[in-house]
Amino acid sequence: MWLFLLKRTGLMFITALCLTFVVFFLTNLYPNLEKLAKTEGNMRMTDQQVEQWLDTRGYSQPMLKRYGEWLGVVPSYRYVGADGNERGRCIKPGMDPAIAPNYCGVLQGDFGFSSVFKVDVSTIINKRLGLTGWLMLFVMIVMIPMALLIGVLAGMREGSKLDRSLSSFSIVTTATPEYVSGVVFIVIFASSAVGLRWFKGSATSAMTEITFANFTLPVMTMAFYGMGYVARMTRASMAEVMTAQYIRTARLKGVSFGNIVVKHALRNALIAPFTVIMLQFPWLLTGVVIVETLFNYKGFGWVLVQAASNNDIELLLSCSVVAVIVVLITQLISDIGYVFLNPRIRMS
Amino acid sequence: MNSLTGWEIALQIGIQFTPVWVALAITLAASMYYKDRLGLYGHLFDSRVGITGLIIVLFWAFTAIFADLVATHDALSQIASMKNKKPGTQIRNAADGIYQYYLLGGDNLARDIFSRMVMGSRSVMIIAPAATAFAFMVGITLGLPAGFRGGKFDTSISFLANLVLAFPVILLFFLLVTPEIRATGVPLVLAGVLFLFPIVFFVVLFQSRFYTQPMKRNVYVATTLVLGFWAYSGLAFNADPLGVFYMDPNLLNIFVSVVFVNSPTVFRIVRGLALDIKTRDYVAAAQTRGEGSWYIMLWEILPNARGPLIVDFCLRIGYTTILLGTLGFFGLGVSPESPDWGMTINEGRKLMSIYPHLAIPPAVALMSLVLGLNLLADGLREQSLKD
Amino acid sequence: MQKWDYDGPILEIDNLSISFFTRIGEIPAVMDFSCKVEKGKAVGLVGESGCGKSTVALGVMQDLGVNGKIVGGSIKFKGRDLNTMTDEELRDIRGSEIAMIYQEPMASLNPAMKISKQLMEVPIIHEGVSEKEAYQMALQVVADVKLPDPERILNSYPHQLSGGQQQRIVIAMALMSKPSLLILDEPTTALDVTVEAGIVDLVKGLGEKYGTSMLFISHNLGLVLDTCNDICVMYSGEAVETGPIKEVFDKMRHPYTEALFRSIPLPGADKNARPLIAIPGNFPLPHERPQGCNFGPRCNYFDEGRCNKGVIEMSTIDADADHNSRCLKVEEIDWDAPIAAANDVEVVEPGRTILKVSNLRKYYEVAANALFGGGEKRVVKANETVSFEARESETLAIVGESGCGKSTLAKMLLGLETASDGTISLNNHDIESVGIQERNVDTVSSIQMVFQNPFDTLNPSMTVGRQIVRALEVFGIGVDDGDREKRMLELLDLVKLPREFAKRMPRQLSGGQKQRVGIARAFAGDAQVVVADEPVSALDVSVQAAVTDLLMELQRKNKTTMLFISHDLSIVRYISDRVMVMYLGHVVEMGTTDQVFAPPYHPYTEALLSAVPIADTSIEREHIVLEGDIPSAVNPPSGCPFQTRCQHKDKVGNKCETEVPPLRVMAGDHEIKCHLSDADMDAMTPVIKLANLD
Repeated sequence: MWLFLLKRTGLMFITALCLTFVVFFLTNLYPNLEKLAKTEGNMRMTDQQVEQWLDTRGYSQPMLKRYGEWLGVVPSYRYVGADGNERGRCIKPGMDPAIAPNYCGVLQGDFGFSSVFKVDVSTIINKRLGLTGWLMLFVMIVMIPMALLIGVLAGMREGSKLDRSLSSFSIVTTATPEYVSGVVFIVIFASSAVGLRWFKGSATSAMTEITFANFTLPVMTMAFYGMGYVARMTRASMAEVMTAQYIRTARLKGVSFGNIVVKHALRNALIAPFTVIMLQFPWLLTGVVIVETLFNYKGFGWVLVQAASNNDIELLLSCSVVAVIVVLITQLISDIGYVFLNPRIRMS
Repeated sequence: MNSLTGWEIALQIGIQFTPVWVALAITLAASMYYKDRLGLYGHLFDSRVGITGLIIVLFWAFTAIFADLVATHDALSQIASMKNKKPGTQIRNAADGIYQYYLLGGDNLARDIFSRMVMGSRSVMIIAPAATAFAFMVGITLGLPAGFRGGKFDTSISFLANLVLAFPVILLFFLLVTPEIRATGVPLVLAGVLFLFPIVFFVVLFQSRFYTQPMKRNVYVATTLVLGFWAYSGLAFNADPLGVFYMDPNLLNIFVSVVFVNSPTVFRIVRGLALDIKTRDYVAAAQTRGEGSWYIMLWEILPNARGPLIVDFCLRIGYTTILLGTLGFFGLGVSPESPDWGMTINEGRKLMSIYPHLAIPPAVALMSLVLGLNLLADGLREQSLKD
Repeated sequence: MQKWDYDGPILEIDNLSISFFTRIGEIPAVMDFSCKVEKGKAVGLVGESGCGKSTVALGVMQDLGVNGKIVGGSIKFKGRDLNTMTDEELRDIRGSEIAMIYQEPMASLNPAMKISKQLMEVPIIHEGVSEKEAYQMALQVVADVKLPDPERILNSYPHQLSGGQQQRIVIAMALMSKPSLLILDEPTTALDVTVEAGIVDLVKGLGEKYGTSMLFISHNLGLVLDTCNDICVMYSGEAVETGPIKEVFDKMRHPYTEALFRSIPLPGADKNARPLIAIPGNFPLPHERPQGCNFGPRCNYFDEGRCNKGVIEMSTIDADADHNSRCLKVEEIDWDAPIAAANDVEVVEPGRTILKVSNLRKYYEVAANALFGGGEKRVVKANETVSFEARESETLAIVGESGCGKSTLAKMLLGLETASDGTISLNNHDIESVGIQERNVDTVSSIQMVFQNPFDTLNPSMTVGRQIVRALEVFGIGVDDGDREKRMLELLDLVKLPREFAKRMPRQLSGGQKQRVGIARAFAGDAQVVVADEPVSALDVSVQAAVTDLLMELQRKNKTTMLFISHDLSIVRYISDRVMVMYLGHVVEMGTTDQVFAPPYHPYTEALLSAVPIADTSIEREHIVLEGDIPSAVNPPSGCPFQTRCQHKDKVGNKCETEVPPLRVMAGDHEIKCHLSDADMDAMTPVIKLANLD
């Protein structure tokens, strides 16, 4: 068991490295760097000047070396300019070059400096990740129990009226991405058109204080879409379990229907949905981005969009790292959970 | 100046869709008549869910085909006085030959929302199924050997697939679908690789089946290669000598990204199906006959996996539609003025609280199409289980 | 719920009719069925698949699903009609008064629940006892079903037990609250023969101990003879003959019963002199039942105008013995007439040696822990020094239970696996290390296989004709498409299928018909050696005869060598010339059929022979029940593989546990791998003997 965990964590690590390298590669392609030089320096730079600007800032080094610098395993470049000033990756403005550290990368906790927000990337991420964390928490609290409940109720008696209505509801929710449901919800509940001003259409105030008025719509929008797929998976799993032979055995033993569902079927039926829930996280990230943009909630997703649209390379890289790590951790939990919940595999 | 009432708007819209209603009626009648001979498609008509889904999907398909007839105005033309006007507003001093009303109102740039919604269906109905088909080619060509043969190939490709799947989709889009990327040639490389798969697939298909009859085999393979590389040169590299196949570079970017994002999931599904089916006796029988691996994978395993794959195909077109909408929503669509649904929603949302009619039509249109696809997939799944 | 006493029959089924309501309409599954189970007795319900016997059982339990309904008749349990009971009353009875056991033990147990919980549930629900008491009761019952180490078993999950152990647990669960009626629906079909014998023993013993009445449903006439007092034969939803078991077996009075007996390979049958007689025609589909007698169209004594008109009732043959039959011509048919002599079938003599296998070994390496990897590699010895020769026109049977290595042997012969050691020589070409991909077309077409599961043996997405034509294509037979079409149609003729089947899809064919196509496919390339892996085990009894016949006819015509893998000793005795018995990868006995079926035996063969149920009242069998289960191939016993279960072990001191026995040659090429001395061997008595020699 421990060997398994070790192997999976190792694999996760390698995946994270590969993925962050891919992001690094894509964000550091020449045209992006060119754009960076022109924004930071002078919009009318000639190509030669651009090259020189990039050179003196260490952007012309081989890709792998720069990736290593960013990681913190390769010592930073140092360059002595014509004006006698020493420049280096780790030499911050105002720092004495002599005492500046050699390694400054992710491993040392230095995530870089944001060109859009003009502060350290780590500060931004800490703050914004927290905000998104609250959003995700509420979404999970609403979505998971509802989805499971719908799935179990629908699947326990396949073909019944309850099943058909709940299934139709689930299909509608899977067809409604966040930008559709969000728009519809805002129009119905928060605009002057329909008049039901129950909730606010903007969640900016939720960044300081979460209330029903400002948080319900964002949470509902995300939960609405995410719940559909999980509910359908749960329903399929439940329906399959209910036709299994061991359920017939329980019925012929004299166990009542309620007990059959709760004591016999549930344990087996929930194995598959659990893994599905965990694997929903990558898609939920997309939802977070959309919802935060739609409702003006300046959390992690919103930051990601800002970084990408404004070519803020350092911020974008760090956001990617966080996103990738979150996804990989959920994958790991999903794998472990699957093994743990399924006695056949656990005991072999 | 009078505006149309709600009922009149609905009536007019209904009339505009006449070509679609006619086509729909003909198709449905013909299908019902021949339903016994049409295999799985025919069985679809036995399921309520399936029929509902089919009607919705066909509705949008015909709308895309007859978009020019259904739309009242050109999707890009602007009439200054109609900026942000409510649905049903009449056009003052309308020029001759132009339809009198903006049926669903005007948008922020004074264009007709109804026409933009109708034209928007075209790009979706062309790109989504095509991208899904390509993703399937890639997924099948890689998933079959991974599931059937296993070994190092399986481990490495599964690792790559997991890599792509772990990548947050939205991040991938922001990185790949930018103007700067085009200059580096990364999309071209991806296109070059991904567009090869259909050619490889069909060549192997014919070779494995007809290798005992070289004459037949040569004919099939040669045709495939000629047609394939002709389309390939045009679509991927814009080097078609006859100028028939061409893809706008922006569109290429989007297309490649969507195919790239969808392929790993298809790969996983096909691999799972292959792992399951390869234990059957008829596969063992084929092996003992001395059949090659590719014959077994393409002609023994794949036809028997078609049920779940067809269902997934429909679902995936729906999912791709949502992806395309997401791209549009973040401004990564084909072009800034295109009537792409995602983009129109994004433009409309900024003024949503005052002018709800800006964002609602494309939102409802998108949702209805995806709903139709999901219902269709459900109906197919129900019926294929009964086979 | 209080159990009540009743003096009369425990179960009385009167004119029961059950129908299923589907999209097509009403489909009658059981029609006018009557049966009685007396207190303390066991009634056997016999019939082939689709005859409605399981439906009867589900009807008794009132668990027919959404589509099924009882449309006529009554089912009285201890005097009270089950049909009129409320859901709550039924729930009370289920599990406490009537219990049911059915086919797949692994599927019947909840994989996510510990055995203890599943057992304890029964008394907790029905008798309201506390958990501690229930646990004690569970321990007691597990000991009653003869499982060792009850505490450990109670603490395990179902997948940690073997098939035989699981079925014992299912039986234990059924007995937890001492039911008055136990329904068993094919309880041993999924188990190995030697394990089956143990279960049958157990069930009989428990019946005697607790006085439980039993309704035993099976398609195996021999099994029913072993366990039941009365029998009821069903055909297509109706009971056709009922009565005490010896009466019916000795004095059968219905054409179907007679035809059934003639189509199963009893010890008296002989493939040349007295072959099996298959029942002609096909089973009628539920909505295509003929007028009058259901069996009419296939009956030898069919009378046009009499047998296909009106409703045919059960008539009493012998009121004292309660023997009834549903036949109009009971008095007219001469039941004792000798079976018409078969057409003179010339006995074919075996020719030259085609296949020679010497010291074949196959070892697999598996990781100790499959999922997590790591750990040292363990070696599974799937085949250990297998040697035999097979000649032209000869049928060599390979007999063994699960884990004996017969499938691995088949795979190596066909090239799906390569040998670890030893040689396989086909027509003097060594093929043991030539995988299927490297073999040339000649070799491939010379050795072909017929597979076990008819439902999986054909590709569901291709027409029958195309699949055969593909085989012809690959073997390079026929000069063009037209020629191949012709050959394909000829092959269909060969296996006695109508030519229009070429355009049909496999799902439109029955199991037997699919298996024939599989056989046609195997013979498409004029194979010299055909390996038949349990070709008839999944088929109905009456169809087995036809397919077996077909295999033998093809073999005679083409002079093919047939390797017939099976665990069914009755068919093996009928069809084969020579027999090879395998256990856990070793060949433990080999010789001609007569030699193997008569003493001296290897102890395993002895036990195997005694375990096979035989549907003949004139046969007596020695009663040898093996303890324990077949050991796992990953962890084989030291020395002789059979020593953990052998009852002759102590005659040789402890040699059996330390040394692998040598292969000894007894009279005339009869080989046995055992340590027992010659004297001990000679002292063995025949397992199967005729009670009275007629």
